[in-house]
Amino acid sequence: MDFFDRFSIPPHDDPMLYASIVAIAIVSIAIVVGLTYFKKWGYLWNEWLTTVDHKRIGIMYIISALLMLFRGGADAVMMRLQTAVPDNTFLDAQHYNEVFTTHGVVMIIFMAMAFIIGMMNFVVPLQIGARDVAFPRLNALSFWLYFAGAMLFNLSFVVGGSPDAGWTNYYPLAGTDFSEHVGVNYYNWALQISGIGTLMTGINFIATIMKMRAPGMKLMKMPMFTWSALITNLIIVFAFPVLTIALLMGTFDRQFFTNFFTTSDGGMDMMWANLFWIWGHPEVYILILPAFGIYSQIISTFSQRNLYGYKSMVASMVVISLLSFLVWVHHFFTMGQGAVANSIFSITTMAIAVPTGIKIFNWLLTMWKGKIRFTTPMMYSVAFIPLFTIGGVTGVMLAMASADYQYHNTMFLVAHFHNVIIPGVVFAMIAGLIYYWPKMFGFMLNERIGKWAFWNIVIGFCLAFFPMYITGLNGQARRMYTYSESTGFGPLSMVSFIGALLLAVGFVLIVYNVYYSFRHAPRNVGDDPWNARSLEWATHNPVPEYNFAITPNVNSEEAFWDYKKNGHDLFKGKIEDIHMPNNSGWSIIFAGIFFVFGFCFVFHVWAGVIIAFLGIIGCMIYRSFEKDDGHHIHKEEIEETEKKFGGAK
Amino acid sequence: MKLKWTYLAFLAGIASLLAGCEPLLVLNPKGPQAETTANVIWISIITMSVIVIVVLVMLTVILLKYRASKQDPDYEPPHIEGNKYLEGIIVGIPIIIVAFLSVVSATSTHQVENPPEGYDADEPLVIYASSSNWKWHFSYPEQDIETVNYVFIPTNQNVEFRLYSHGTISSFWVPQLAGQKYAMADMTNYLNVVAEEPGEYVGRNSNFNGEGFAENDFTVTAMAPSEFDSWVEDIHNTAEPLTEEKFEELLEPGHLGRMTFTGTHQDFKPAPEGENSPHHHGSSDSEDDGEHHHH
Repeated sequence: MDFFDRFSIPPHDDPMLYASIVAIAIVSIAIVVGLTYFKKWGYLWNEWLTTVDHKRIGIMYIISALLMLFRGGADAVMMRLQTAVPDNTFLDAQHYNEVFTTHGVVMIIFMAMAFIIGMMNFVVPLQIGARDVAFPRLNALSFWLYFAGAMLFNLSFVVGGSPDAGWTNYYPLAGTDFSEHVGVNYYNWALQISGIGTLMTGINFIATIMKMRAPGMKLMKMPMFTWSALITNLIIVFAFPVLTIALLMGTFDRQFFTNFFTTSDGGMDMMWANLFWIWGHPEVYILILPAFGIYSQIISTFSQRNLYGYKSMVASMVVISLLSFLVWVHHFFTMGQGAVANSIFSITTMAIAVPTGIKIFNWLLTMWKGKIRFTTPMMYSVAFIPLFTIGGVTGVMLAMASADYQYHNTMFLVAHFHNVIIPGVVFAMIAGLIYYWPKMFGFMLNERIGKWAFWNIVIGFCLAFFPMYITGLNGQARRMYTYSESTGFGPLSMVSFIGALLLAVGFVLIVYNVYYSFRHAPRNVGDDPWNARSLEWATHNPVPEYNFAITPNVNSEEAFWDYKKNGHDLFKGKIEDIHMPNNSGWSIIFAGIFFVFGFCFVFHVWAGVIIAFLGIIGCMIYRSFEKDDGHHIHKEEIEETEKKFGGAK
Repeated sequence: MKLKWTYLAFLAGIASLLAGCEPLLVLNPKGPQAETTANVIWISIITMSVIVIVVLVMLTVILLKYRASKQDPDYEPPHIEGNKYLEGIIVGIPIIIVAFLSVVSATSTHQVENPPEGYDADEPLVIYASSSNWKWHFSYPEQDIETVNYVFIPTNQNVEFRLYSHGTISSFWVPQLAGQKYAMADMTNYLNVVAEEPGEYVGRNSNFNGEGFAENDFTVTAMAPSEFDSWVEDIHNTAEPLTEEKFEELLEPGHLGRMTFTGTHQDFKPAPEGENSPHHHGSSDSEDDGEHHHH
């Protein structure tokens, strides 16, 4: 029995935990039973699990991201509930520590990252007129590695115990001296496995965007979202290897008794903080740049105008990407580098405000002289501008090193980064999802329910996070599971909790909207329901497997608008056979073995580690010798499909 | 439009809340260091408000003027590539603002990293503040006393806190007296603090360090120098000496109330500075360690 002891959760006398375990078990059983009853296993395997189609992979990323949003959101509501009143006992300290740790990791790594990569997967090949990404099989592997990492991370909740050292996982707290149980091992391996997937995505999309653009689409004629995706993936390729190595060093410290980050035998705990943020700060821009791309598309579409200052938009993103690697020290001005180093990093950090400001003004100038339609995606974009500006200027405040000595580690900081991430990334992803929904599924989401969700989310956001600026300035440190009444944090924390509830209602409304629209929305929305401008709207809704029957011929970043309004000849050739990659179960099997590898590593089950490792090598050897030339979709088949959509273009 | 009004109403709400309540700790300084940071915060709040207001006004005007419902159905928005001068302005003004704030940031950071002006001539009172899970230990080497979870300091004198940790990274923070700084196991940090008004100030570890983090706080009491001296004398008359065994006991994870001892743990367990630094590689680079001191 000793062998099995390691899998038990550290003692909690918390009935809620067991209730959630039971709930998870019931849901899992229900899914299996449901799939079997409706005989959907074959459909699931053939159409989704083995797919290499960038659109389906994108949708799977987005579904996973939404699931993680609800996991991380539940954590968030629990935190706000615990801190809503002074001296609350809803959660104990240890449980609270696990909850905010998993909230951070799940939201950043498994929700936001998955959402932006999903969005890039779905949109980028369409926007550049390609049939798929450069390496479709690798793309499927990226997704399944991400999914394996996400599942491994969530498993910690029920087997062995969740990580509890914060999403920043600072050593020595995260070392075995202070966090003995396996939680941080889970952190190391879950992030490692999904990080490998992300790195592959980076390489894949750089190759796709550099090599697979439609004829005529020069770099400076790419739609803005594709530009943001290109720069994001370049940052990924430069930043993620740092995380890979830092996680490995942490793993070695925890599992093989090395001393990279320990406080004895020459170890340096500050080195983890440095490595983490050398990855972590560029990571912030990995999240925000695609969001900027989405807003650029949406604001331009619903202002019925071309994007103002295209060149300065591109230039500002390039500058942001370079600066993103030069600011990491601002995450620990308080570490004692001295005034000179802090001043330098203070200035590089504030410098980012300049290119970001350019973007804000360019969006405003895009709306100027436009014809603004307040659709749901546009409402999120309009709300984003002032809210993100507030988040940005509080970022400048935090960048002032001397003042940061007072903001650091406080709720002011928490308010700031939620103020940029939620209106920045989350609003963009919701707006993008609604905007591209007809492209994905061929029907629109209901606008009325969408607007209800919008108001709940925007007002909920303001109520939840603005009070934190004030309690932060009043001395409330972040990550405290409770506080006494004499601190005076009580009333504003209650406001925050109410805001969190409104946010939760908003997100539930979004899900309800999906259900409602699936049941009731008309299916004949046409190919251009938004009167859009860029190339992805030049094909059908939902997009056929091969994307474009004829490879488009591009003349500007608004090829579709020019086609509609200026008589541009978008489709010059005639329909021919199209070469497509084959589906394959290899990726999901590979990632499954990786999951076993990670799980065994977490628990020091070395036999399992070795067997899984051999499996991983075996998969790579198999793939190296596998001959798979893909298949052709025949001309007649394409013509048939095109006819169904109302004739080839 | 509704958004704007909700928004403005909300900001007004916050403002009235701010006005109604007691001054926020960080903005209610009781010493020159915290005063510097409070001034920087006010300067940045005012500068940044201007930017937020400009963006809000522009957005409101544009949304009111150019919404589709207000326009001729035949209106076709023009194609505008960009404008050199306009884009010059939206780059230029932020650069000026950032340059201004950079100067404020660099000079104020230099100020708070050094003994405050007017207090830099005299020798500072040295107090070692070291953290262990989840306590603060204060050693007064000159007075040869040690306290746990509370610290007494004389007013109007520069106190040099030497910060380090017996384990996890923690952050020493007394919002009304000075900004925070990390206490870490393998290096000593220096924080200059002057209290100009007598009183009791809350202090805490603000850097998450495990289960007992929320209660990882202490109090700083500032008093007239004469009172401080008699307090020290009292301790020498009443408190027990701190032994090595006793200190090891104190380091065990957990919470302790206030405690007072004669002697300090610096005698048998010195701070990681100078030759006791784990990253100290012989005497040849002793200047290296000197560098950590204020200049």
